[in-house]
Amino acid sequence: MKSSKISMVSKVMLLVVAILFVGSLFVPMWQIELEAPQYPEGLVLKLHANKIGGDVEIINGLNHYIGMATLHTENFFEFTALPYIFGGFAVISLLLIFVAKRKAVLAFFIFYILFVVLAAIDFYRWNYEYGHNLDPNAAIKVPGMAYQPPLIGYKQLLNFGAYSIPDIGGWFLTACGLLLFFIVFKEYNLFTKKKI
Amino acid sequence: MSKNKFVKTIAILVLGSALFASCKPKNSSDATVGDAEKAYVAPGKYDEFYNFVSGGFSGQLSVYGLPSGRLFRVIPVFSVDPEKGWGYSEETKPMLNTSHGFVPWDDLHHTEMSQTNGEVDGRWVFGNANNTPRIARIDLKTFKTAEIIELPNSGGNHSSPFITENTEYVVAGTRFSVPGDYSNGDVAINTYKENFKGHISFVKVGKEGEMDLAFQIVTPGVNFDLSHAGKGKSHGWFFFSCYNTEQANTLLEVNASQKDKDFIMAVNWKKAEEYIKAGKGIKQKARYAHNTWDEKTHSAKSEIKTDVLVLDAAALKDICYMIPCPKSPHGCDVDPTGEYIVGSGKLAALIPVFSFDKLMGAIKDKKFDGNYGGINVVKYEAALHGEVQKPGLGPLHTEFDGKGNAYTTFFVSSEVVKWDIKSLKVLDRVATYYSVGHLCIPGGDSKKPFGKYLVAYNKITKDRYLPTGPELAQSAQIFDISGDKMKLVLDFPTIGEPHYAQAAPADLIRNNGQLKFYKIGDNNHPFVAKGEKEAKVVRQGNQVHVYMTSIRSHFAPDNIEGIKMGDEVYFHVTNLEQDWDVPHGFAVKGADNGELLIMPGETATLKWKPNRVGIFPMYCTDFCSALHQEMQGYVRVSPAGSSVPLTWSVGTNLPKTK
Repeated sequence: MKSSKISMVSKVMLLVVAILFVGSLFVPMWQIELEAPQYPEGLVLKLHANKIGGDVEIINGLNHYIGMATLHTENFFEFTALPYIFGGFAVISLLLIFVAKRKAVLAFFIFYILFVVLAAIDFYRWNYEYGHNLDPNAAIKVPGMAYQPPLIGYKQLLNFGAYSIPDIGGWFLTACGLLLFFIVFKEYNLFTKKKI
Repeated sequence: MSKNKFVKTIAILVLGSALFASCKPKNSSDATVGDAEKAYVAPGKYDEFYNFVSGGFSGQLSVYGLPSGRLFRVIPVFSVDPEKGWGYSEETKPMLNTSHGFVPWDDLHHTEMSQTNGEVDGRWVFGNANNTPRIARIDLKTFKTAEIIELPNSGGNHSSPFITENTEYVVAGTRFSVPGDYSNGDVAINTYKENFKGHISFVKVGKEGEMDLAFQIVTPGVNFDLSHAGKGKSHGWFFFSCYNTEQANTLLEVNASQKDKDFIMAVNWKKAEEYIKAGKGIKQKARYAHNTWDEKTHSAKSEIKTDVLVLDAAALKDICYMIPCPKSPHGCDVDPTGEYIVGSGKLAALIPVFSFDKLMGAIKDKKFDGNYGGINVVKYEAALHGEVQKPGLGPLHTEFDGKGNAYTTFFVSSEVVKWDIKSLKVLDRVATYYSVGHLCIPGGDSKKPFGKYLVAYNKITKDRYLPTGPELAQSAQIFDISGDKMKLVLDFPTIGEPHYAQAAPADLIRNNGQLKFYKIGDNNHPFVAKGEKEAKVVRQGNQVHVYMTSIRSHFAPDNIEGIKMGDEVYFHVTNLEQDWDVPHGFAVKGADNGELLIMPGETATLKWKPNRVGIFPMYCTDFCSALHQEMQGYVRVSPAGSSVPLTWSVGTNLPKTK
């Protein structure tokens, strides 16, 4: 019989998850790369947990042609909330090592997945907002054109190609999800069951 | 005339002309087919070398790529440049200040790059002003003239701006000997021998490049022509060619070509330093300008200095020595080892090569042949390594490839001749089109030449390009010198008249920390507007200061009213952009000066004195964006004493209309 306490390997993995959550606070999570004929070196927006980095000023300068609102860290409550959320996730992961119940891990995993889905919706909502809410007095108006960057992947926006992909922090968070998934699978013996 | 005689005559005529035609040498364009593919640099690819070419009578310095011969930039140095606002903006005007006041033009003959341990280091390039004697330092991070120092007691600073191997000093000489500024200059010209003196200048170069006239050496009146520093074993010495040792003051063409030998003057500058330390320098009154550019205030300031330390070469016997050199020497070049000094007598049919070791021996053993104006003359043979026999006609300048070869230009016979420095044997010769003056091998006057290409800067262009009326662009030619034989690669036209040039590996400069734009936060210009909120117009009596900003694609303010006749308006335009390659321009109708070309993060000022009442348009002159043509505004000028209030705005109408 297997006890409901999780294994040592899983505990170590939870520790790794906690470290990754903390680590994601210090590196950019997401990046939107922009390429245009005039910008062979490329422009990039770096979304950190607590701020927008990269070539924000240059991109704001360019966006005024199409009437897009300028990007400022302080206009997004997310950049205030996310550091606490990831910090909280790190604390929960650490606590789970001591709680050591597989049900608890499963609950956290489900909660985390829900968070990711919500975050994606939130990101999409902002992209939509900035891409569509354009100043009617903008210099460049292309009928029917919106400038919403893709949630993930590539999209051509006038002369710019926009490429939206996770940055290091994003990969950390992905790894957290995969590790939690792996722990849950392992602790519920789903690997062995499949083999039977 | 009989029929027979007629036929014979015709036959002779036909035969004769055929013979004549077959004997006539082929013309130049048949004689050479360039190795043009070697000059090919594919679109978007970089050149191997930067080439800093003096602009001669343009007063500027041009930057080319080698081997493509593509022109990248013309850096304004000694001449005003309305295109860039150089000498027109209020900030740049002090750079062209001299003891004679604002001088808008000069003649930049030679460039010399800074060196460390005798190798080109990519920090700065120096240039000389030949008319109103000055030296300029151009910063190679910004490609901008950073400093200019004037030289007193001089006329025609030709033998300049050559440097010592760690850029300790940059030197200047006087082509025209003149009475010193500290003596009475109101003398009869034919008292040359008595009253005219030569002065050579040693300008100390600091860690940040800052120049300071450390001392001058006074010599008998002659014409100093060119110079080069010793290096390696000869570090501590400087060599200056001089002609007109006849001391003629008129018709020099004849009167200064009488003697068989003039001199190369060897200067022991380390000894001179000792004398200065020992207090042997005489402080003489002088007036000369020292102009510096401040990257934080984006402004120049000009300071007039009032004295200089002068050492007397005749009194202090062990600073200067004269080495006889045939026939009015011009080029004075030192090989990469520092052992051989090549003098090029421009009227000579041979090239003397002097040995530094033999020169030191001759000085030690006092092998002198009398003195010239109190300066010991070393015996010719005692300092001579040997002579290159029958090299060509009219040798001018020599550069080196670092493989034991020297390359000398010949103006009269229009060729470059390659010869072996040790054996003095001629190895190869190649024609130039036409009448070559200076030449340049990357690092070719340093300890470490990059002997791949040689560029010849020709004095006569004639039929090399499509004709453009009486005035033609001057021609440069690139030769591949990597093999035994020199091969013509490419012709390219140049700005002004190129004299000396320098070249260095592209990476050395490209990776030296090139500045892409100025940080707006570091801008300490007294009239900066660091954002549109700081844009304003301030009246101080009849002076009106417009704190203006430019960003794609508008000025703030772009409507200004309340300017009155008699006002002096200063447009202080700050370019708010913070990205590479986004300059803005500024021009206003009727301005009696140039435009402004303002780099990102920079502030520049245009002074404007309206001369009539009315509406004056202003606009951005540099195509900055898709809405560049919208980047414009208006200034309203009212009569003196008008009650129109001073207002400014952008985007809204002021004053409010009823």
